[in-house]
Amino acid sequence: MRKGTAKARPDGAALTHREKLRRLREILFANVVMAGEIPAPTGGEKRLTRFLSDRFTECGLANISLDQAGNIAGMLPGRVGDHTLLVSAHLDKIWSDADDHTVSVGAGMMSGRGLADNSLGVAVLATLPLILEELDLDLAANLVLLGTTRSFGRGDLAGMRFFLENVSHPIDAALCLEGIELGRLSYSSLGMARGEILVKAEGGEVENPEDTGPGVAAILAELVVALRRIHERESPASRILVGSIEAGSGYSVPPRSGMVRFEIRSHEADHVARIGKEIAATVAAASGRDGLAASLEMIAHRSPGDLGTDHPLVRHARDTLALLGIESHVAPSVSELALLLDRGIPSLTLGITKGENRHSPSEAISLEPIFDGLAQVVSVLQFMDEGKPS
Amino acid sequence: MPDLDQRISRWLETNTFHHSEFWDMQELVRAKREAGLTISLCIPTLNEEKTIGKEIIVFKSELMDRYPLLDEIAVIDSGSSDRTLEIAASFGADTYLSSEILPQYGSKPGKGENLWKAIYQLRGDIICYVDADIKNIHSKFASALVAPLIYRPEIQYVKAFYDRPLAVSDDMRPSGGGRVTEILVRPLFSMFFPELTALIQPLSGEYAVRREVLERLPFPIGYGVETSHLIDLYQSSGLDAFAQTDLDNRIHRNQPTSDLGKMAFGILQGFMKRLRDYGMVKELPEFHGLFRQFQAEGHRYEQITREIFEEERPPMITLPEYRERHGRHG
Repeated sequence: MRKGTAKARPDGAALTHREKLRRLREILFANVVMAGEIPAPTGGEKRLTRFLSDRFTECGLANISLDQAGNIAGMLPGRVGDHTLLVSAHLDKIWSDADDHTVSVGAGMMSGRGLADNSLGVAVLATLPLILEELDLDLAANLVLLGTTRSFGRGDLAGMRFFLENVSHPIDAALCLEGIELGRLSYSSLGMARGEILVKAEGGEVENPEDTGPGVAAILAELVVALRRIHERESPASRILVGSIEAGSGYSVPPRSGMVRFEIRSHEADHVARIGKEIAATVAAASGRDGLAASLEMIAHRSPGDLGTDHPLVRHARDTLALLGIESHVAPSVSELALLLDRGIPSLTLGITKGENRHSPSEAISLEPIFDGLAQVVSVLQFMDEGKPS
Repeated sequence: MPDLDQRISRWLETNTFHHSEFWDMQELVRAKREAGLTISLCIPTLNEEKTIGKEIIVFKSELMDRYPLLDEIAVIDSGSSDRTLEIAASFGADTYLSSEILPQYGSKPGKGENLWKAIYQLRGDIICYVDADIKNIHSKFASALVAPLIYRPEIQYVKAFYDRPLAVSDDMRPSGGGRVTEILVRPLFSMFFPELTALIQPLSGEYAVRREVLERLPFPIGYGVETSHLIDLYQSSGLDAFAQTDLDNRIHRNQPTSDLGKMAFGILQGFMKRLRDYGMVKELPEFHGLFRQFQAEGHRYEQITREIFEEERPPMITLPEYRERHGRHG
């Protein structure tokens, strides 16, 4: 962050901003609707990228560019321009192209697939130049707005990773936007590793299902129990989350293959590596039994990082939330924030509003708290611009 | 029929647009300003709380705040029992109860009534009508309909048409030609007004019209309003007064087959009346206003009747209140 003389605590400007920003209500809400109705599965974000690119163009951003990873970036040149801030939102949603992305708008709520994660974040990113203009804020720093691709699952943050490896301006501070949950204050990242265990039956099709042994489903179940035992032993310092189990398609035919997806989380990097090795050994021991092959593929890794609860940026964000009457809650992240912290860039992830049913077809966001979320984002951005030494 | 074929082909070439031709919104707003036009968007509603909020948000943001193309957005409601008006007002639309506009002329049920009263209530030189049940709303549903009126002064009336999406769910329906269009309106137009068959979707609820045209059209209050407009304007001004814009896809609620029958009945009433009024057929008997459908329950067949009487409102220009409010002369 810029070395300067800015206020350590937020003043009442955030409250004034919150009221002024209501003037942009329809523009922001329309951006949420439009971003929400564009399918953007991981690796298929092109149409949403186009939407954001058009919005950046309409706002007159400089250097609008699409990079090799499919990220879309634009820059608002700073008054001084001697340092650079980054605001990002991931573009991809967990939903496929074929899912219904219709958004419904009711009294005080908006609902539809992916609105909270992360159409609202994308919409705020698209509206941010107008937000700054409405508030007559002219930042000293260059502000890079970035929509990132391939955040989820096997995407493994490929968009942000590419951007950070190739960006020409050093980034002095960064803010990641997530639709929910307002009050979320993420300034640390967990050590994390994601893995997929694949169990496959060897040999040809079985004619009579009753002739088979325990089969793929039983081995998968054993492995899940083993993961659970490790989790119980290591908790609370480390955790293993089983995210999905897939096998079979009917009632009577044993599956020929199946998969367990899991995530190891820990504040300690060496714990993640140690647990990963133990799981690999467990999978290897299961392989070859009853004509079944089991294999493990680790698909994503994060190093733990922590800005620290007393970092000026964290303190300012917490104080801003308190000023707005919002209770803050610490939520370590395993998303884009991890890569930023890993590079020593002071960074936060903030939520914009309250929501419910995340990752379900009826995912919904509350409209009124959005203005608190925007005021919070602006306040933190101003602090980064003028702020205390990093 | 080569002349007719040629006329239709020529019209399709010159007066049929795709919304992408009007992508440059800054240019459109500039042209509108230069032409000194004002534009009103009218959304007729009856219990549309699920979709009205999104429509208002998108139109207001894109066509008022971002690009000042529309001068007003109005919802004219037939008496919704849900939160349609509350939601529309909360997102910045002007909301009116149809029954409270020109109350001295009474209140009649039907979408056409709302469209007719909009001519009195709204200020625009152009009125763009958009139905409230569109799920995939986009600003082009209004901008690409008013654009031909802004750029081409000779065009009076612009209709929307749509392509069919490749796949839709059971309870939603794409608007292509539409079932009533293909089995009723298109055959009738082919027989009596063959040039009007060039309008790909004559029953579309999205269209933009100049005030000086609207104020001189009689308005059936029910299902027949769109077909009657087309016939009346065609009789007075010919095919060149029309244009149409392809808006790609439109997704909206599907209508049950029984409702399509009522719709066809209403359209036929307006159509036959016009054949008689324009002297195209002679000695038509008085129409029955009772539409009959049957419902089977085991071996019992129940008759379901519904009175559908396509009452018409007179051209707005004939009302002294209208002439006074808008400074118009009859």
